[in-house]
Amino acid sequence: MATIAHSQTTLDHHDGHDPIGNATFGFWLYLMTDCILFASIFATYAVLGHNYAGGPSGHEIFDLQYVFAETMFLLFSSTTNGIAMLAMYRNARSQVANWLMVTALLGLGFIVMEINEFVHLIQEGNGPDRSGFLSAFFTLVGTHGAHVSLGLLWMVVMIFQVLGKGLTQPVRSRLMRLSLFWHFLDLIWIGVFTVVYLMGVL
Amino acid sequence: MQETLFGKLTLSAIPYDNPIVMGAIGGATAMGLLVFGLITYFGKWGYLWKEWFTSVDHKKVGVMYIALAFVMLLRGFADALMMRMQQAIAQGGVHGYLPPDHYDQIFSAHGTIMIIFVAMPFFIGLMNLIVPLQIGARDVAYPFLNSVSFWLTASSAALVMISLGVGDFSHAGWSGYPPLSENQFSPGPGVDYWIWSLQLGGIGTLMTGINFFVTILRMRAPGMTMMKLPVFSWTILVTNVLIMLSFPVLTVALALLTLDRYLGMHFFTNDLGGNQMMFLNLFWIWGHPEVYIVILPAFGMFSEVVSTFSGKRLFGYHSMVYATVAIAVLSFVVWLHHFFTMGAGANVNAFFGIATMVIAVPTGVKVFNWLFTMYKGRVEFATPVLWTLGFIITFCIGGMTGVLLSVPPADFVLHNSEFLVAHFHNMLIPGALFGYFAGYAFWFPKAFGFRLDEKWGKRAFWLWLVGFYLAFMPLYALGFMGMPRRLVHYDNPAWQPYLLVAAAGTLVILAAIVCQAVQLVVSIRNRESLRDVTGDPWNGRTLEWAVASPPPFYNFAHIPKVETLDAFTDMKDRGIAYEVPAAYQDIHMPKNTAVGVVLGGIAFVFGFSMIWHIWWLALGATVGAVGALVLRSADDSVDYILPAQEVARLERERRQLLAAHGQSGAAADSHLAHQG
Repeated sequence: MATIAHSQTTLDHHDGHDPIGNATFGFWLYLMTDCILFASIFATYAVLGHNYAGGPSGHEIFDLQYVFAETMFLLFSSTTNGIAMLAMYRNARSQVANWLMVTALLGLGFIVMEINEFVHLIQEGNGPDRSGFLSAFFTLVGTHGAHVSLGLLWMVVMIFQVLGKGLTQPVRSRLMRLSLFWHFLDLIWIGVFTVVYLMGVL
Repeated sequence: MQETLFGKLTLSAIPYDNPIVMGAIGGATAMGLLVFGLITYFGKWGYLWKEWFTSVDHKKVGVMYIALAFVMLLRGFADALMMRMQQAIAQGGVHGYLPPDHYDQIFSAHGTIMIIFVAMPFFIGLMNLIVPLQIGARDVAYPFLNSVSFWLTASSAALVMISLGVGDFSHAGWSGYPPLSENQFSPGPGVDYWIWSLQLGGIGTLMTGINFFVTILRMRAPGMTMMKLPVFSWTILVTNVLIMLSFPVLTVALALLTLDRYLGMHFFTNDLGGNQMMFLNLFWIWGHPEVYIVILPAFGMFSEVVSTFSGKRLFGYHSMVYATVAIAVLSFVVWLHHFFTMGAGANVNAFFGIATMVIAVPTGVKVFNWLFTMYKGRVEFATPVLWTLGFIITFCIGGMTGVLLSVPPADFVLHNSEFLVAHFHNMLIPGALFGYFAGYAFWFPKAFGFRLDEKWGKRAFWLWLVGFYLAFMPLYALGFMGMPRRLVHYDNPAWQPYLLVAAAGTLVILAAIVCQAVQLVVSIRNRESLRDVTGDPWNGRTLEWAVASPPPFYNFAHIPKVETLDAFTDMKDRGIAYEVPAAYQDIHMPKNTAVGVVLGGIAFVFGFSMIWHIWWLALGATVGAVGALVLRSADDSVDYILPAQEVARLERERRQLLAAHGQSGAAADSHLAHQG
């Protein structure tokens, strides 16, 4: 025992490996797999997108102005999420929580508008079981919406963690990942808006 | 009321009227009760819970994966045995002992189980056990996620098992093609069992893929550049890339089929704008890479075995790495060869046919590399080497039949025939299973500290090899004779002799599996004489052999610095393999957690309630899973610190053990032994 010097050095967390870096990198990889998931659904939409089976086409059921307003909710929520992250770098705890709340409200607005669109379509008899096109439409848009909803849940949890725990290292790491997630969903929505709605009413 | 509470589940879901199924249930239940009783009798529940079920140690998770693979191998093999016996007798006026409905479930379950619940957990287990050790890491990147992945896999395997006794399993084949797998033709819960077990297990596999990709990329020992990464870890790295790229597509294919079945959508239906071929495309965009996902790790295991038991560096390491990557890239441009008959047109078929043939080139590079490694080496014919040699010869035959099938006009004739069945078994049994068996014999002493019995291992190998040829070579001939796959009954008497030989082959394989079971029992009984105290029983070349067998839970007390490929051989050559570091440091370790088991249990409940349309329970399970994750995310004390003194004490014990057995490696630190 005598020959073994006690380690007095600063504790090297995870043996020189950087846990926050690992977590962020791994989450980024998850997002890439999610990207493939969306790509597969986009491909399905491309294949089934004209299989109206006697039902309506996109031209007949999409309200571009409505969807544009919906899009603005999501895009602005990305901006406010960015502001929350800037506040995190300034260590302004309450501002982080406030901007996250604004982000969550905007995200909620997006989701409510999407649900409203879905409900109207279903009430008019144009539900996902109407045609291959509508199955693909509801699934593609709905999968994005489900992601946004999970993101909202995550955001609520993070607001509580920011208020309860403060801006600790693990909380920062999680906020970083949530921010990646939120921006990623924004990107996907740009694809949805273009491929589904813009090309649909062309 | 009953429908609200129990969904579609009624007591009639239990197949009382089918004596064969009830016998299988009885057997499985008896075995389960026996294991349960033994654990209770020896009072081991606490030990299992604390040391294994809640463990986030990659080595223990790995052992649990392999145990799961062996259990499921027994089930999958029992299915194979039943099919072969049925086809051996069901000719002409004899209809055999299996009704078509049951037979269809058996071949569907056999394929699903062998790929998803044998091959996958077997290599993922070996990867868990070895990769962090081989790259000189103390852990995987996300130990908790690893535990969740395992329990998701285990609970989806449990879903498949429970389908034996509650309801039925899919009869739409392991690939579940619509429209057969749609509600219109498969209204029962069978296809739903298939969907949910693949879906939940697939999510676990995807998380494992991310976990090990990050582990290998970011947690290698200092000095281990990518071109000094041992070749097994390289194949695992590439495999995980394939997992990350392909499994999301499986998720989507299954999810869309789920939406068709549950919400009446029209993705793959006959009417209202569905397109069945979209399912086939999605399924095989996952399915073909999946073949390489199970084969590439085995290539890595063969490479390690060949080089270790030839006492030489692997021939053509760089070409081996590039060949692995090339196979991975090509694996994404061949999926259409699974359905040349779709009618995509001559040019499309030609592209996919040629791409398929091209895969033979990097694979050939690998075969020559293994042969040249053995050339002029001192090859020891230990069990892992036998598996490797059996693999090389058999796999080459299977590869050549694959090139035959890749010619679209030939495929039009051989498609859906027994020739195809022979071909893919000829790839997967030597190419994947033999590799895992080689890896199992090779790394068993690392996991448990004693070797496996060689005599029984060799018996198992020869029986497997002979049994394989007997069971599958006749199927090639049957394919040429025009016999379609998946027949429960046939009228052509010319086929029967071949099917009798195939059935005999299956019995030889049964003897092989019995030998493997005996080998395990004999090895445990004789463990003292098979004991490996050095941690290096085969004169190993890579870092996993530098630590004790079984390794300490922190793997490396001191992270080695890597100078060359075959780092451990290099360290032994320079006499620093067992060098004592000047000082030990505190080690950061993850705490065990029950959240993985809990999430696995919730996944099982969720899957079961979705299969039986018990909506309130599915909702409850979802809320439970989200709640568990939220609570887990709020827990910031998920790890602890192992003090340097404790590390020093454990390491000193190991050196004393080495010195007591007069190991040369211990000489370097004899000064420490003197100081006691």
